[in-house]
Amino acid sequence: MEYFLIIISAIFVNNIVLAQFLGICPYLGVSNKLSTATGMSMAVCFVITLATLVTFLVNKYLLVPFQIEFLQTIAFILVIAALVQMVEIVLKKVSPSLYQALGIFLPLITTNCAVLGVAINVVTKEFSFVPGGMLNLGQALVYAFATSLGYGLAMVIFAGIREHLALNDVPKAFKGVPIAIISVGILALAFMGFSGMVK
Amino acid sequence: MSKLRLIGDGLVKNNPTFVLLLGMCPTLATTTSAINGMSMGLATLFVLVLSNMAISALAPVVPDKVHIPVYIVVIATFVTLLQLLMQAFTPAMYETLGLFIPLIVVNCIVLGRAEAFANKHGVLESACDGLGVGLGFTCSLTVLGLVREILGSGSAFGWNFIGGGDGMLAFVMAPGAFLCLGYLMVLFNKLFKKN
Amino acid sequence: MAVNSNLTNMVLVLGLTCLFCSAVLGGAYVLTKDPIEKAAAEKQNRAIAQVLPHFSDLEYNADGHYYKATDGDAVVGYAIESSTVGFGGALSLMVGITPDGVVYNSSVLSHSETPGLGAKCTTDGRFMDQWRGFNPSVKKLSVTKDGGDVDAITASTITSRAYTQAVANALDTFNAICHE
Repeated sequence: MEYFLIIISAIFVNNIVLAQFLGICPYLGVSNKLSTATGMSMAVCFVITLATLVTFLVNKYLLVPFQIEFLQTIAFILVIAALVQMVEIVLKKVSPSLYQALGIFLPLITTNCAVLGVAINVVTKEFSFVPGGMLNLGQALVYAFATSLGYGLAMVIFAGIREHLALNDVPKAFKGVPIAIISVGILALAFMGFSGMVK
Repeated sequence: MSKLRLIGDGLVKNNPTFVLLLGMCPTLATTTSAINGMSMGLATLFVLVLSNMAISALAPVVPDKVHIPVYIVVIATFVTLLQLLMQAFTPAMYETLGLFIPLIVVNCIVLGRAEAFANKHGVLESACDGLGVGLGFTCSLTVLGLVREILGSGSAFGWNFIGGGDGMLAFVMAPGAFLCLGYLMVLFNKLFKKN
Repeated sequence: MAVNSNLTNMVLVLGLTCLFCSAVLGGAYVLTKDPIEKAAAEKQNRAIAQVLPHFSDLEYNADGHYYKATDGDAVVGYAIESSTVGFGGALSLMVGITPDGVVYNSSVLSHSETPGLGAKCTTDGRFMDQWRGFNPSVKKLSVTKDGGDVDAITASTITSRAYTQAVANALDTFNAICHE
């Protein structure tokens, strides 16, 4: 049951972009076309889930037992950087077309706050729908995967909106990023309607 | 280039929030009040200046293919240093800013300035660049935080001018962040962009 | 980048950087460990001092998450840590109960409630003051909406209910302590 709550909460109630403000930079950069938005979401989903798996284990079996939790930030970001590098190499071999389509955005996933944010949240934040507050590995993975689904959802919706906006007459001072951010604000307002769903 | 020019550039010409469009995540998340925004800005400034200086000094001896991980480790070190110092001496603000302190590591501004400036210039100039961009960031965050605080809680820098601390709640929460930032960008464009 | 990107150089530079940085952080950690612990202890002590009358000694019970406050031989009261789930996440309270079973005061240790709504549990004087000297044998421990005597925060019933539940849990712990 709690897995269901974790999933609903991560996708709708606490959407990573619209409620937690993580992953905004690539969100604004990639979402002007639906096709790149979908590709990017899948790459981010993969990286977030895998990164959470590895960082959770690193934290549990390396940082905590040796009491070097203060090295958490460095360790986590190194894991993420290494993972993204690996994903790049694998993707180049397995699907060169997707690799080309993502271009510069693939290495940029390293600096996507969503990835590091989820990794840190999973080992430090106390969650309300789990007794004791701290997640175990299974719950952490479900949370990470659901969070990235929420990221994808927000991105795809937004890409659709932006494709329409591009065809419209926008005042000069608003053109480009400002009108995009204001649209995200309205989207965030809509998503606020989900709050209170889990409780 | 004069050192003072470097610092001044960070405020308008290279303003990270309104011109470079970097560091959006902490901008939106930590500006629930003017003080919070200002603290986040100053924390980022601390990391920016130090990492710019360190990377500027290290750049000549770092092999090209491995420079990104090395820069990231250096930045992460300063961020962790900041974490430890804040936990020890400003615990209340440490808890308020929460997750976004370690997230300074992936703040595109820090790595961005390292790549664009620090690894091509001297240590002192890089420090000035870090100071300028950091000040620009702090100003943007403080202004955004102030607007959201006035509209959302009826106070400014913690001083309540509407009794009971009531305001338009939406501005202290997620949508308000996006809306305020968007409109402030429009204002900035109208005031400072010549095209 | 004046240095050649061969494997030895790359491994050397990255490895040395990591080692040096870890050493610096290790040193910083050792230096800040005491101030950090002091800051945490101060926060805890401030919360306890807020919820109990004057005491001279404190004894922590890790199993029950409570502090026994004494002044000489007399037990001044118990400061009990109690958590429930509020609207936005965990709601953690420190509840001070005197030996007669009356709540002396309560204070919030941490919360994730909505600013301007549930977050008023730390600023709304009317809500906070009613917990001073709250006697559970005279007043019913639930919000007025549920037929009780607790005045909820305006438009924040869920947070108020969670707060009430936390106080109730603390009282249960207190009763368990008394029956030991």
